[in-house]
Amino acid sequence: MSIRERLSGNEAVAIAIRQINPDVMPAFPITPSTEIAQMVATYIANGQVNTEFIPVESEHSAMSAAIGAEAAGARSLTATSSCGLALMWEVLYVAASSRLPIAMAVVNRALSSPININCDHSDSMGARDAGWIQIYSENNQEVYDNFVQAYRIAEHPSVRLPIMICQDGFYTSHAVENMELLEDREIKDFVGEYAPESYLLNSRQPLSVGAYGLPAYYMEAKRSQLEALKNAKQVTLEVAEEFARLSGRNYGLFEAYRLEDADYAMVIIGSTAGTAKDAVDKLRAEGKKAGLLKIRLFRPFPGEEIAHALKNAGFIACMDRTESFNGQCGPLGAEVKSALFNARLMPEVINYVYGIGGRDVAVENITSVFEDLIRIEQTKDAGDRYRYLSLRE
Amino acid sequence: MQNKVNKYLRSEMLPHIWCPGCGNGIVLGALTRAFGLLDCDQDNTVVVSGIGCSSRASGYLDFSTLHTTHGRALAFATGIKLARPELKVFVIMGDGDSTGIGGNHFIHAARRNIDLTAIIFNNSIYGMTGGQSSPLSPLNSKATTAPQGTLERPFDLPELARAAGATYVARGTTYHANMLTQLIKNGADHKGFSVVEAITACPISYGRRNKMGNGYDMLLWQKEHGIPVERARKLEPSEMEGKFAIGELHKSDAPEFTDIYERFIDEKQINHREAKKA
Repeated sequence: MSIRERLSGNEAVAIAIRQINPDVMPAFPITPSTEIAQMVATYIANGQVNTEFIPVESEHSAMSAAIGAEAAGARSLTATSSCGLALMWEVLYVAASSRLPIAMAVVNRALSSPININCDHSDSMGARDAGWIQIYSENNQEVYDNFVQAYRIAEHPSVRLPIMICQDGFYTSHAVENMELLEDREIKDFVGEYAPESYLLNSRQPLSVGAYGLPAYYMEAKRSQLEALKNAKQVTLEVAEEFARLSGRNYGLFEAYRLEDADYAMVIIGSTAGTAKDAVDKLRAEGKKAGLLKIRLFRPFPGEEIAHALKNAGFIACMDRTESFNGQCGPLGAEVKSALFNARLMPEVINYVYGIGGRDVAVENITSVFEDLIRIEQTKDAGDRYRYLSLRE
Repeated sequence: MQNKVNKYLRSEMLPHIWCPGCGNGIVLGALTRAFGLLDCDQDNTVVVSGIGCSSRASGYLDFSTLHTTHGRALAFATGIKLARPELKVFVIMGDGDSTGIGGNHFIHAARRNIDLTAIIFNNSIYGMTGGQSSPLSPLNSKATTAPQGTLERPFDLPELARAAGATYVARGTTYHANMLTQLIKNGADHKGFSVVEAITACPISYGRRNKMGNGYDMLLWQKEHGIPVERARKLEPSEMEGKFAIGELHKSDAPEFTDIYERFIDEKQINHREAKKA
């Protein structure tokens, strides 16, 4: 039985946490993710969950405590944003390479400086190679649904890796939307109890976590970690299928929106996908074959599937909500172009940096991107393939 | 006095963004007046701040200012002071900023006894993010992350500073604003690591949740609970229960870090030159 509610994205995560009732949550306040920890603290104070909340002294400590708890066999999690995620950098790698399936609610926000509390993806994109699974959400419903699925993916025996469930700061974390929740019992049954195979202080099976890796073994450790990450793709699909049977809501590795016959395709991550769908509808109404591919799973990157989905598009806009300072493309642009190359596809790909530091993106801005693609087809002149959208000049 | 200190403010940035009843403006006022008493040269003074409500203060001060990251203001300031020991360096931090996420930098700045003047705006809470408990939130006080009261004991900031090696430690309040001005001035005059804790009210995120009334009520609370140190020393511990000493709490002499380092470099340079001559 679904429950209709009006909730912010942060509330949606907090409710999912309440329903899952994980064991340990260390967290440190940072805008715009702070509310999640506050709400969990309230559930604890109300006796609604028996999670242990640790008001740690920094995000580095939050991730370190989560690693400790998870290694001890407890289901742990934290929430953070921006500089908080950046401060966790060192230990993010430890969590992943120690194969500890911690869940983290990331509320995307720009990195300093200039100091900026608004949305972009520079925080989680900076952590994209830390070995975590990354899933991004378009709206509050997806935030909730993705968080509910998080532990099932992360804790799967073939995966055992930490997972970030990302949402856009303020756009979804603070904006309230109509959505549907599942019953507490349904969530508890779906997620299940955490029963790790190995954990610290198990006298029948002593364990060492985070040991020194000599050159003779380090590469093999990394390779096995990669295999686990690659397994997360199939597991994500299986968990989504099971979730669809429970909720009626379907998820895949990405969402293809009016993409099948599109000549002009946009690849995008996060809340702006909603805006882009409006732009696509508007262009379709004018007879222009626009389409959209919204990333859900970014790590591991489903390159083959994405290239296949884009095979009919001659002109592609890759939308990066971060600057990666390599001088030629953003992280999404790099991934998509790499996937297309591996599939021996050679469409025109224009990479846009948009919405960083909370720069607003309206339907017209997205429409202008499709118009750029149409113009490129007509003039046969791609111009600059790495551009900034809505930059004041 | 007013005209003499106005030049220290970026008046075009005012009014400030702090909430109604917030005491941070009073701390900023005391700091500005201390600059006046010190006759601070704007070209040779640096104000460094961390992250949080307190650290917004650097934006209102017309000096070379550096707004840094959460907890790290002292580390940035240490770099500035070592590079240019002749600069006067003030460091503005909050309670969570200096003793939580930046606690390590705090004890190590004290250990080195580096000549920085640290002003800690203690409002007992992480105010900017909406009232989460900090390491200076009193035991059992309510916060958004502790709706039923905190379970963790707070630091005694002056004791922490003194134990870690700070050579000037004082505590003032926004009620005792003139005293606070003088404490900041004395701290800046002192050669070594100076810590001035400024008890300030956060009626929105702390006071309201802890039934302490509005900004005015919280000022009165400071008046009633802040006991001048001379008097506090004569009182029995039971009489000081729930109260706190204000004034100059600790002052000592110890070698200052940039001095030591300069002497060390000079000595090594002379040795090196002489070795080459020989």
